[in-house]
Amino acid sequence: MLSLQILINGILLGGLYSCIAVGFSLVWGVLNIINILHGSMIVLGAYAAFFAYSQLGIHPFAFIPIAGLSLFILGYGLQAKIINRVMGAPVLITLTLTFGLNLILDNMMMVAFKADYRKIILDPPLGLLELGSLLIPIDRLYAMVLALGLVGCLYAILRATQIGRAIVAVRMDRDAAALMGVKVKQIYAVTFATGAFMAGAAGCLMSVIFPISPLTSNAFLGKAFVVCVLGGLGSMPGVILGGILLGLLESFGTLWLGPDFSTTIAFVVLLTLLMFRPTGLLGKRGFE
Amino acid sequence: MNALFCSKPAHIVVAVLFLLAFLFFPWVANNYLLRIGTTMLMYSALALSWNFIGGFAGYPSFATAAFFGLGAYVGGILQNKGIPAPLAWLLAGLLVTIFAVVIGRIILHLKGHYFAIASLVIGDVLREIINGMTSLTGGGMGLNLAAQKMGVTEQAQFFYFSMLTVAGLALVTTVLLDRSRLGFGLRCIEQNEDAAVRIGINTDRFKTAAFMLSSTFVGMAGAVYVSWTGYIDPGEAFEVLISVKPIVMTLLGGAGTILGPVYGAFLFLLLEETVWRNFLNIHSGILGLLVVLLILFLPRGILNTNLWSVVEAHARVLRTYFRLLPRFQGINLWAWVVRIIRNIRHQS
Repeated sequence: MLSLQILINGILLGGLYSCIAVGFSLVWGVLNIINILHGSMIVLGAYAAFFAYSQLGIHPFAFIPIAGLSLFILGYGLQAKIINRVMGAPVLITLTLTFGLNLILDNMMMVAFKADYRKIILDPPLGLLELGSLLIPIDRLYAMVLALGLVGCLYAILRATQIGRAIVAVRMDRDAAALMGVKVKQIYAVTFATGAFMAGAAGCLMSVIFPISPLTSNAFLGKAFVVCVLGGLGSMPGVILGGILLGLLESFGTLWLGPDFSTTIAFVVLLTLLMFRPTGLLGKRGFE
Repeated sequence: MNALFCSKPAHIVVAVLFLLAFLFFPWVANNYLLRIGTTMLMYSALALSWNFIGGFAGYPSFATAAFFGLGAYVGGILQNKGIPAPLAWLLAGLLVTIFAVVIGRIILHLKGHYFAIASLVIGDVLREIINGMTSLTGGGMGLNLAAQKMGVTEQAQFFYFSMLTVAGLALVTTVLLDRSRLGFGLRCIEQNEDAAVRIGINTDRFKTAAFMLSSTFVGMAGAVYVSWTGYIDPGEAFEVLISVKPIVMTLLGGAGTILGPVYGAFLFLLLEETVWRNFLNIHSGILGLLVVLLILFLPRGILNTNLWSVVEAHARVLRTYFRLLPRFQGINLWAWVVRIIRNIRHQS
């Protein structure tokens, strides 16, 4: 019974992890950039949701579109004005650039919000759902459903809309896409902005579940990375699979080895997987 | 303008003067300057080490913090067990080297982003393990070392020369590597790894050698650092900035050059001490700004760039900037700059 409870916890957590990772995976897949800013963007979204709730009383789940759109604009500006200048440069250059941008954003948040941990306490609380002896926290359940819903929306946008097809085309072959009349630089900016949107949305969900501080951004980034590698780049089902796998891994790892080593377990699994199957479990070329 | 760095004899004169200055520095410096000098030498050692794997072989390694922290802990623990400091430093360097070979075998077949993150992760895992082994390492409480039985000034000089030795060894290794078969092979790998395989370079062995070299002096520097400060904790030892700063320094000076990392470390510390020491709250933000400007305007570093061409490429921005300035300062700065540039052009 205990392991069933932990299984459920793991899956709930995993849904959130896929939402954290999906924007990161999109940017990595299409732009071939590791967006170190992703973790900080999640934290920024979470802070926006925190202040919207404590000052204006807007429910964090209802705040998702606003937080997402603000980050969309920020992301578009960053990509169009700064990161587009180094597209196609060696990994070290793009990585160092986003790292530098991240230092700036992190520092600004530290000055603005201080390092205190904050968490939204919903009033009235959503409580627990009891199924026999199993306990399911309802806020986590809602957050997971919303998270998977957001991932599904992104999937639908990439499949059905014109701009989504253009993003996939750029991912598959940048030069051919340019010949077909796709404005590649603009698509880069839209893609990066979409990644930022997902980060902001994930932040709103996180603010209800986890305590937030500028110091937590690296943890989010690390999780996004592990999910991407586990599931494989360029595959939306892969992101969901990777997220749930990581959630289960952390839950059961904590049960067996104690909470001290949960990161180590995740990373050891990651390194093993990278050795034997570097493309991840469901990795492929086109991003769908 | 650029003659200072390009033409060979002038370059060598500058380099020799620069390096000699370090040898004689302790006789003119007070304890504060000596401390900065020691930090600068430590940064040089880290940057020179990163240059082996990141500059010569072109592999974006973020493992510097892992080597540094491991070296610091091994050195610290050995010293607490009664082993004399210099021997503990050597053993720390040796153990970190062995560690790097094992890890290198695992992660060096990865490329690009995958390698970068895999190397970044090593430090995180080590931090967690060391945090968990409380009985040996003190866990999150940190590791304390017995105080050195020396006067303040002697101690400052002792650690200055210890760091100088480590940085000097790294520099000598760089010079030797630059002329060796190994260095040539690494440059081939940096250019095109597949082609390097075709011309008969054993890339696995070469990359492992570079990764190994990039760990030894970092481990030693970590061990010297822990003796110097007398305390280390996992958060400080595996701080991710320890991995990033050497990269920034090397890029600033010029990756793949011999003295670039040292010049880079010097400039970086100069900035650190003069500019953002006064802005403690936004310290890392200014570092970030420096990184962004560096990547956008000087991605190949001082020694690899014709500085004049950078000025010319951004002439319009600079002109606007200098034209706006006089309104606040009351002097015609732009005319002044133009005059200087004309003089330089006439001379060259």
